[in-house]
Amino acid sequence: MTKELPADPHVALVATAGGVEDGPLTMADGTSLKSAMARAQFRARLRAFLLVLPLLAFVVITFIMPIGELLKRSVYSPNFHDNMPNLVAWFAEHPPGTEPDESAYAALVADLRLLKKTKKAGLVGTRVNYELPGSRSLFTKGARKAKKLEPPFREALLKLDPKWGDPALWQVMRGAASPYTMNFYLAALDLKRDPSGKIVPVDENRRIYKMLFGRTLALSLLITFLTLILAYPIAHLLATLPLRKSNLLMILVLLPFWTSLLVRTTSWMVLLQSQGVINDILVALGVISDDGRIQMMYNKIGTVVAMTHILLPFMVLPLYSVMRTINPSYVRAARNLGATSWTAFRRIYFPQTVPGIGAGALLVFILAVGYYITPALVGGSDGTLISNLIAFHIQKSLNWSLAAALAALLLTGILILYWLYDKLVGIDNLKLG
Amino acid sequence: MVEVQSQDAFVEFDRVQKSYDGETLVVKGLNLRIAKGEFVTMLGPSGSGKTTCLMMLAGFETATSGEIRLDGRPINNIPPHKRGIGMVFQNYALFPHMTVGENLSFPLEVRGMGKDARAEKVRAALDMVQMGDFINRRPAQLSGGQQQRIALARALVFEPELVLMDEPLGALDKQLREHMQFEIKHLHERLGITVVYVTHDQAEALTMSDRVAVFDDGVIQQLASPQDLYERPENSFVAQFIGENNKLEGTVEGYEDDLVLVRLADGAITRANPVKCGDPGSATLISIRPERVWLEGEANENTTEAEVLELIYLGDHLRCRLRVHGNEDFIVKVPNSAGHKHLVVGERTRVSWNAQDARALDPL
Repeated sequence: MTKELPADPHVALVATAGGVEDGPLTMADGTSLKSAMARAQFRARLRAFLLVLPLLAFVVITFIMPIGELLKRSVYSPNFHDNMPNLVAWFAEHPPGTEPDESAYAALVADLRLLKKTKKAGLVGTRVNYELPGSRSLFTKGARKAKKLEPPFREALLKLDPKWGDPALWQVMRGAASPYTMNFYLAALDLKRDPSGKIVPVDENRRIYKMLFGRTLALSLLITFLTLILAYPIAHLLATLPLRKSNLLMILVLLPFWTSLLVRTTSWMVLLQSQGVINDILVALGVISDDGRIQMMYNKIGTVVAMTHILLPFMVLPLYSVMRTINPSYVRAARNLGATSWTAFRRIYFPQTVPGIGAGALLVFILAVGYYITPALVGGSDGTLISNLIAFHIQKSLNWSLAAALAALLLTGILILYWLYDKLVGIDNLKLG
Repeated sequence: MVEVQSQDAFVEFDRVQKSYDGETLVVKGLNLRIAKGEFVTMLGPSGSGKTTCLMMLAGFETATSGEIRLDGRPINNIPPHKRGIGMVFQNYALFPHMTVGENLSFPLEVRGMGKDARAEKVRAALDMVQMGDFINRRPAQLSGGQQQRIALARALVFEPELVLMDEPLGALDKQLREHMQFEIKHLHERLGITVVYVTHDQAEALTMSDRVAVFDDGVIQQLASPQDLYERPENSFVAQFIGENNKLEGTVEGYEDDLVLVRLADGAITRANPVKCGDPGSATLISIRPERVWLEGEANENTTEAEVLELIYLGDHLRCRLRVHGNEDFIVKVPNSAGHKHLVVGERTRVSWNAQDARALDPL
């Protein structure tokens, strides 16, 4: 009796014919067939792994590691901790809420003298400055003058600058004494710690991030909706036209992809600005007066219009790829069975395009949430998104920790939406092409 | 079969023309009358216009000229959903996002039928095709034959008087196809509905239909019962298209009694039944069915020399390819019965046929 071998091309093994009737199958040399096959399959898997290894290494080194490093910055900020050893030790010995006494000021002066030597006063000052604006100079000046200070240090420092006695400053320094902090996340959510350590909202005129997160979400949803409305008929046309015409139309859809994003955005600026093409035409036609030119740029309208245009292909393509697979006979069958064209669309065609809508909407939404160039150029102050603030903190204010916290929150938000989408629609239903 | 008169016709095509591009006609001056309860098949090669005719009847194409009437009423301007015609599509077109039950319920729902009445009808329609247990399945979970039954049930569930079928069995394997042919035929007999069936499979057409319309080049070449079509083809195309056919080319020599004398390519004169041939001197094509030819038979009005070129064993019979009058593709079917002569390749023998069975038709 012979048993059939699984049809695995990697296993060119021969089982002993006429072997033990019901016992395990063995090789000609008596080893177990099962372990021999496992060995052969392991080699095949190893080879496959080695083939993808270069890409894996590339992604890890250039993508995952930098992002991990940046995300780490959102909670890890060691500048104060590393350069102020005496004060850190004092904070460790005294529980929160302790009034800073002479020993604390002595430790502070010792650290300031150290900063002078190590030339790190700027770094430490910057760290404190993130949470208490205006304190950077306190540290640079303190370090410069620390050598001349005589005990009692409390009076000496307060004479140098009365700000050194500010309880808020001591609260911030205590927080900064630990290299790990959640304060950047608090800041990213318009929250802060008051001198007693309680989490409270920041002053009303300083609240900005929550509003920006909200605006980013709202504008992204609006843009997703607009692209869907505009892309659906075009995708349908693409999917139903004869091949030659649909190819031409497809080129028109893809044309924007072949032009630089910057060019497309600036051409929208040419069109939309108050001395631009659209306003000029409207004025020439007498629809609006010369003084009543519509402000379509440097506000939300500009951002929405330009981004809708730029993201449109990302909606058209998944929709098209799904619609192409829908046999026209479904709608014919529905019509034949007595449905009006509207019912046939609503009950038969539309439900079958839902995977494409889901894929396109997810794609456009995620791209829109992180969009940067277009809102930066046409958004003005009213139409900027959270990514513009992230860029600001990375390039201008150099507060990378806050930028990282904002980015992490954005990522979390997207992951939550993705999870919701999976619950409602199902990721398996996603069709990208 | 008698011609259906205009006043009796349930479905009537009246000089219908169809052109897609305004240059060429896909359907040319079609006249077709179908009686109530009849099973009519449109048979023809692809591109012959048969599917276009069906689509015009269903309302998915509009006739360029002419009129299509259903039960005496012109339907040219009635949209498809108001025609009340059932249809089985080539790929079944079962809605993939609905269960079998929802698929069947759809035509009733859009007609505004109540929930209970719907459930009852759906149940009855499913039982009719023996698929009652599958009501909650999705089409993708069914085999081709099962999908076919569901498509049939869906086309019948709203009780249309006319059902169109567009090559409904094309995707099934041979055995299942033959089985479904009988089922469709029996359903047609039991329900008394009118069926217009489109296929390019001549065996299917002959098995199922009351009448068959053979299409070619946008024209009905012959409209007749399966028996007439096979035994009395009116032109070369039909003779070629339906069943197997031995062709002998020649020219008309003259007429003798009710037979025509034809001079064949090798110079011999043979007698044939003049069906569609012209005056003396014109070209003609003689068509003889393989089963109407005898090997080694008694002398007949048409007996001639033949050489065995090839033998193909087919179990119940042998296909024997011969050279007859210079034609090397002359096929004779030899029953595989006891006592029948055993042929060998290269052997010389004699074949004969009745002059009535040799039909002189138009040249191809």
